[in-house]
Amino acid sequence: MKIAVCIKRVPDTEMRFAIAGDGKSLDQAGLKYDISDFDGYAVEVALRLTEKDGGEVAVICLGPDGVQETIRKAFSMGAARGVQLKADTVPFDGSAIAHALAAELRDGGYDLILFGRQSADAGNGTVGPMTAHLLGLPCVTAISHLELADGRGTAHRELEGSAESVEFPIPAVLTIDEGIARPRLPSLKGIMAAKKKTIDVRPAQLGEERLTVQSMALPPERAAGRIVGEGPDAVPELVRLLKTEAKVL
Amino acid sequence: MANVLVVAETRGGELRSVALEVVTAARKAADASGGGEVHALVFGAPGTGAAVQDSLGRHGADLVVAVESAGLEHYDAESLAATTAERLRSGGYRAGFFAASAQGRDLAPRVAAALGVSLASDVTALELSGDALVVQHPVYVGKAIATLRLTGTPALASIRPGAVTAAEAARTPRLETAPPASDPASSRVRVREMLARGDAKLDLGEAPVIVAGGRGLRAAENFRLVEELAAAFGNAAVGATRAVTDDGWRPATDQIGQTGRMVNPNLYVAVGISGAIQHLAGMRTSGTIVAINRDKDAPIFKLADYGIVGDLFEIVPRLTEEIRKARSGG
Ligand SMILES: Cc1cc2nc3c(=O)[nH]c(=O)nc-3n(C[C@H](O)[C@H](O)[C@H](O)COP(=O)(O)OP(=O)(O)OC[C@H]3O[C@@H](n4cnc5c(N)ncnc54)[C@H](O)[C@@H]3O)c2cc1C
Ligand SMILES: Nc1ncnc2c1ncn2[C@@H]1O[C@H](COP(=O)(O)O)[C@@H](O)[C@H]1O
Repeated sequence: MKIAVCIKRVPDTEMRFAIAGDGKSLDQAGLKYDISDFDGYAVEVALRLTEKDGGEVAVICLGPDGVQETIRKAFSMGAARGVQLKADTVPFDGSAIAHALAAELRDGGYDLILFGRQSADAGNGTVGPMTAHLLGLPCVTAISHLELADGRGTAHRELEGSAESVEFPIPAVLTIDEGIARPRLPSLKGIMAAKKKTIDVRPAQLGEERLTVQSMALPPERAAGRIVGEGPDAVPELVRLLKTEAKVL
Repeated sequence: MANVLVVAETRGGELRSVALEVVTAARKAADASGGGEVHALVFGAPGTGAAVQDSLGRHGADLVVAVESAGLEHYDAESLAATTAERLRSGGYRAGFFAASAQGRDLAPRVAAALGVSLASDVTALELSGDALVVQHPVYVGKAIATLRLTGTPALASIRPGAVTAAEAARTPRLETAPPASDPASSRVRVREMLARGDAKLDLGEAPVIVAGGRGLRAAENFRLVEELAAAFGNAAVGATRAVTDDGWRPATDQIGQTGRMVNPNLYVAVGISGAIQHLAGMRTSGTIVAINRDKDAPIFKLADYGIVGDLFEIVPRLTEEIRKARSGG
């Protein structure tokens, strides 16, 4: 089983954010970067499948040289190969990214290609299904459960208030949702091995960018709230405020 | 003059509330462009189009295009994507709008790729402006808002549930039927079964009120308190933190936050929730936020409009009682 996982390097969202002087990007000062959360789950899913049935996991990350750190993190978890699709900046437009990923994946002979449900920075949720379309492969998005047997897969998709079980042929593209597998921590052995692995670097063949960031702002601050009181005796006052001030009852 | 196509989502033959939100957005965009038409594409079993025609017309659709077949009773991504792309390609539309629901987020990027255009995903506001569609889209799990510019025709966007309030703009819509562009029976991905997910309660994305519980509830059985409070509101859904879904007290589908559902109800009641950044990412846009926590320094109080400090096991039953009274006019 040959599995590719597309991983994105994103700023750690626990950090304090500020907008840069250009008015349309994040101030880089003090930012830490890591693998996008769902992409970490996708790497874990791929590793478990190859540990069970044999095979190898390759990770692909599009971006500037800083992304090599993210690829090494995937190495330290157990990925065998890593490709950097080199671009000075990562476009916001998912279709431009999908174009480059599809060019890399097309003749790779992968049985499965995994993506995160959505990235933690752009949050588009578009790159996976767009890449699938460009490759002509079947695609199941936002899966929370996966089983493979005899060249076919079964996955669960959570819908709002319901869920479905779907069957698909392999090769296929899947995007990974919460609840499927918590990513392992890199092992010491993995970290040592990661240092020795080489990363293939190729120029990213980006598609046309038609979706661009014009400006970026921090969300309006919520006005400081108020503590209505302590204990159950504060409840009537809360209900009064909900009725007369917030008008939500 | 811009004609706009929307995919109006149905489930079990009925329109979902997001469908009316998307039609409302399309009506506004078409009117602002000097009065184009809004066409609503609906998929489903035979009879679906006639059943939803009035409601779509009341919210501003000029034409309902019903694509009906027994195989479309459930969402079929490949058939819907091919049909929607074909309609957008041949219909001369300026824009195509989807709901950023589980279904719309699956469908819209496929349609964009099939047409070779880009997609503005999960937008909270949108406006046709000259040769561009300008949208607002939350980035960095809601810690910043980007204004994005999308060029190309048709301009495709998926709209975050709850971001637009459905409004009436009555029309008497024409009804047209059309065959699917590809037979659902030939799709590679097949729905094998629908999985049971609790009772047919209100969905988190649609409920006007959410009562969410955290680890402060201490055990699965104590969620009864949360459920009773939700029942007292009458229009509330129950949500949870990841701490709770990880421990199996609630199903994973109840999780709200960065890696769970993004919600924005009119009222969000956080019970025994500390307010970790990853949880706030999923609910910070709620209208009014109430927090009940025994730790006066819990971060949730920084976001909450109203807070009560104290033991939830004493406060929640009292709140349930008072809400019941308030709702029965007392
Ligand atoms: C990559 C990543 C993604 C994540 N995604 C999510 C996500 O999507 N959603 C999410 O929710 N979390 C997410 N988390 C987890 C998040 O960081 C927190 O761990 C989690 O939200 C905490 O849940 P909690 O508030 O229920 O528990 P705690 O933080 O343990 O808080 C419990 C609260 O209950 C209060 N309490 C206890 N007893 C009582 C009582 N008797 N009466 C009143 N108050 C009481 C305490 O004072 C405390 O504030 C994520 C974490 C990571 C690393
Ligand atoms: N620059 C990138 N490099 C590699 N994979 C990416 C990149 N951007 C997005 N992806 C993949 O596409 C998924 C969805 O991203 P998005 O469409 O931006 O929400 C991510 O979870 C990754 O799996």
